[in-house]
Amino acid sequence: MSATANAHAEDHAHDHEHHHKETFITKYIFSQDHKMIAKQYLITGLIMGFVGIAMSLLFRMQLAWPGREFPIFEAVLGKWAPGGVMDADIYLALVTIHGTIMVFFVLTAGLSGTFSNLLIPLQIGARDMASGFLNMVSYWLFFLSSVIMVISLFVEAGPAAAGWTIYPPLSALPMAQPGSGMGMTLWLVSMTIFIASSLLGSLNYIVTVINLRTKGMSMTRLPLTIWAFFVTAIIGVISFPVLLSAGLLLLMDRSFGTSFFLSDIFIQGEVLHYQGGSPVLYEHLFWFLGHPEVYIVLLPALGITSEVMSTNARKPIFGYRAMVASIIAIAFLSTIVWGHHMFISGMNPFLGSVFTFTTLLIAIPSAVKAFNYITTLWKGNLQLNPAMLFSIGLVSTFITGGLTGIILGDSTLDINVHDTYFVVAHFHLVMGISALYGLFAGVYHWFPKMFEGKMMNKNLGYVHFWVTAICAYGVFFPMHFVGMAGVPRRYYENTAFPMFDQLTDVQIVMTVFALIAGAAQLVFVYNFISSIFYGKKGPQNPWGSNTLEWTAPQKHIHGNWEGEIPHVYRWAYDYSKTYENGEYIIEGQDFVPQNTPIQPDEEELNH
Amino acid sequence: MDTSVSTGTEGSVWGGGNQPLGASYGKLMMWFFIVSDALTFSGFLAAYGFSRFKFIETWPIADEVFTHVPFLHDGVDRPMYYVAFMTFILIMSSVTMVLAVDAGHNMKKSKVVLYMFLTIIGGAIFVGSQAWEWATFIKGDYGALETKGGRILQFVDASADNKRVAIGEFATTIASERVNHERQNGIWFYDGEALPSHSLVEVVAGFQATPNLLIRTEQINAEGEKTILNRAESLERIKGAVRVVEGANLIRNEYGSRLFADFFFFITGFHGFHVFSGVMINIIIFFNVLLGTYEKRGHYEMVEKVGLYWHFVDLVWVFVFTFFYLV
Repeated sequence: MSATANAHAEDHAHDHEHHHKETFITKYIFSQDHKMIAKQYLITGLIMGFVGIAMSLLFRMQLAWPGREFPIFEAVLGKWAPGGVMDADIYLALVTIHGTIMVFFVLTAGLSGTFSNLLIPLQIGARDMASGFLNMVSYWLFFLSSVIMVISLFVEAGPAAAGWTIYPPLSALPMAQPGSGMGMTLWLVSMTIFIASSLLGSLNYIVTVINLRTKGMSMTRLPLTIWAFFVTAIIGVISFPVLLSAGLLLLMDRSFGTSFFLSDIFIQGEVLHYQGGSPVLYEHLFWFLGHPEVYIVLLPALGITSEVMSTNARKPIFGYRAMVASIIAIAFLSTIVWGHHMFISGMNPFLGSVFTFTTLLIAIPSAVKAFNYITTLWKGNLQLNPAMLFSIGLVSTFITGGLTGIILGDSTLDINVHDTYFVVAHFHLVMGISALYGLFAGVYHWFPKMFEGKMMNKNLGYVHFWVTAICAYGVFFPMHFVGMAGVPRRYYENTAFPMFDQLTDVQIVMTVFALIAGAAQLVFVYNFISSIFYGKKGPQNPWGSNTLEWTAPQKHIHGNWEGEIPHVYRWAYDYSKTYENGEYIIEGQDFVPQNTPIQPDEEELNH
Repeated sequence: MDTSVSTGTEGSVWGGGNQPLGASYGKLMMWFFIVSDALTFSGFLAAYGFSRFKFIETWPIADEVFTHVPFLHDGVDRPMYYVAFMTFILIMSSVTMVLAVDAGHNMKKSKVVLYMFLTIIGGAIFVGSQAWEWATFIKGDYGALETKGGRILQFVDASADNKRVAIGEFATTIASERVNHERQNGIWFYDGEALPSHSLVEVVAGFQATPNLLIRTEQINAEGEKTILNRAESLERIKGAVRVVEGANLIRNEYGSRLFADFFFFITGFHGFHVFSGVMINIIIFFNVLLGTYEKRGHYEMVEKVGLYWHFVDLVWVFVFTFFYLV
């Protein structure tokens, strides 16, 4: 270093914004910038989502027209669909991988990974994540686990086929079914890497929110998105390691002959040596993750909805502290309800009633959230752009899906519909569709932030929303009745049971809706890609939003803000706020960004 | 509550623009990593508790399993002596770690070097001891028979206060066709189970020929001891034996329930892997200290971070030790 440089060293230390020359590789591939990592997460997640949704369309076709020949089956599935008829083994594999990809790769990494990365630093006023390097490692581990999961589709005996919950013994005995071999091993390897990725990501999110908030950004001034991401990361740190425990023990059973989850098994006429283990133990360990995972998927979507809805209703969010308390309460309760997935595992009925009690408690914070959304909309100046529509759609599916949750959470009622399509309908609406709507709302809302001011096409957005919303209900609403009629989930075909014959037409209706919904997503894909390149550039703050990310320049710079980081003087929801005389706080503007100091005559709201 | 509640918390601890927990992001990350890792271990220990409770009436008694001390082969049982020593060493290494962190706060490089070195030595002794413990456990003690139902039958000498007897002490020698294949006898090798030192027939014949021998089953009686059958019952029970088991591995276990061995290997192995990683990390930090990296940086926070990890690994051992060895 030269003497002149030394003289400036102190200034540099003050604001560590060294401008490095970025190469293609450091800028687009091994980037440590949270905005780029967010985009990487989003695009990887969307590609995985494409695979996952395409799989669901394939098996929906099999369910509607069991045993029918479709050239598309043979084209896509090859030897698994001889003559165009789907093989039962690949049906199970498709169901399994669809579940795995959608839950973990799309709605965990694709949703929380994208928006936590994009929004945490921007909305709390930080230059970047606490550790950019670990953030990069987190993404690349996620990418690696995605690649391994996709590779598992191409192994000779087929991918894992034990259901996304991979209960032993199907998952533990390599000879149990074709998908229990290499496909299952790759599944476990992929998920182990995924857990490592999720852990590194979550550690970063938590620590960034705790340590890197800008001046004035107290916890009670955080946008609800940040609260949701923060709490999501905490439950991720608490529940994913337990899945790791289960996965490692399972790996030992598979590969080294231990008996943790296996006991007294005959297979192909041979007695296996396993003795003493219990598959129910696996269920406990799995669902200790599995249930919080539902909220890992859903909470970010709820956070996004809070933000989008308040902005587009031009009203403060109703019950800010109640929303925060609900998020925390849901997160806490989510860790003590896992038993409701196991009511028919031979559980002691008393224990079942305990889990019923804790499960039904979740209805309280969930209802608080649902009512707060509705009251936020109440008498709002609603801006019905696509992001807002998807947010309202989320509230709708969250309520419809949540109501059936009350039925399933009650052990006496659950036993009747356990493992039927009723359950499938319930969780698809309450976590699948709701979280997807949250994802879409987020993409439409923050697209300009991700792609330097470019906006997505609104009209295509409307088409996307309305077709998706109608078709999603078209698929999952009739599914409740199919489930109540007793049709079990995960069955390749139900033609052997005459009592289900009359439901075939309903299955066809559901599949047709699913196919249309799938086609509607192509509109989104087109809109997304064409907007990246040809999108119309909008204003810096296109939605008139209060949060800090819109104060950052459209052009992405490392460090987010040129010069000083903005300070925060108010909460994020001062929409349509007026003085006592009815004038807006800032003349001619119905919102007051968080970095605007409290005005002399202004009364600070007690929220 | 004050009616003029304001969210304006400028300057207060959680008001933003500072580190509310008074810790750097790296230290916080280590803390949250520890939370996460603790839950992984909790998962294992809960699984262990679940399985042990399931077999509470037949679970092996740890005092009878871990009785050896290196270099002492006099046949005297020293239950838990060695594992207590290991635990002591590990806890002492935590103490030296604390001293290293403290020396770091005071910027005393030479003391940090000394205490880090002692910590590494402590960790290495622990890992080495664990390897020895594993080897002893794998090699086994007295040997046992396994019945068709997978139960373990052990032997005691009624004439010597029901002292345990190794199968080698009474098995008769009977010529058999199958011998252990050795390398010098050709290279053609096919999969097969290794032969035990004494075949089932030899052990059973020896047992029948020695009237003072009795069978000890896995069942724990009201006094908390393993049930010993009388001679007639023993002769009846031994008919159900199907194989000789010597030592323990992931599939069979001469000490009793195979889950005992499965969990022992898995949990101590997973913990040992953590200790091993800890030693490796400590070595890296040790060399960084030697090179003066932290002296130049102006603080020894890195030593503090690895210290957190080291204490955590230590704490986990306390739980493993409690649940595997003590209760």
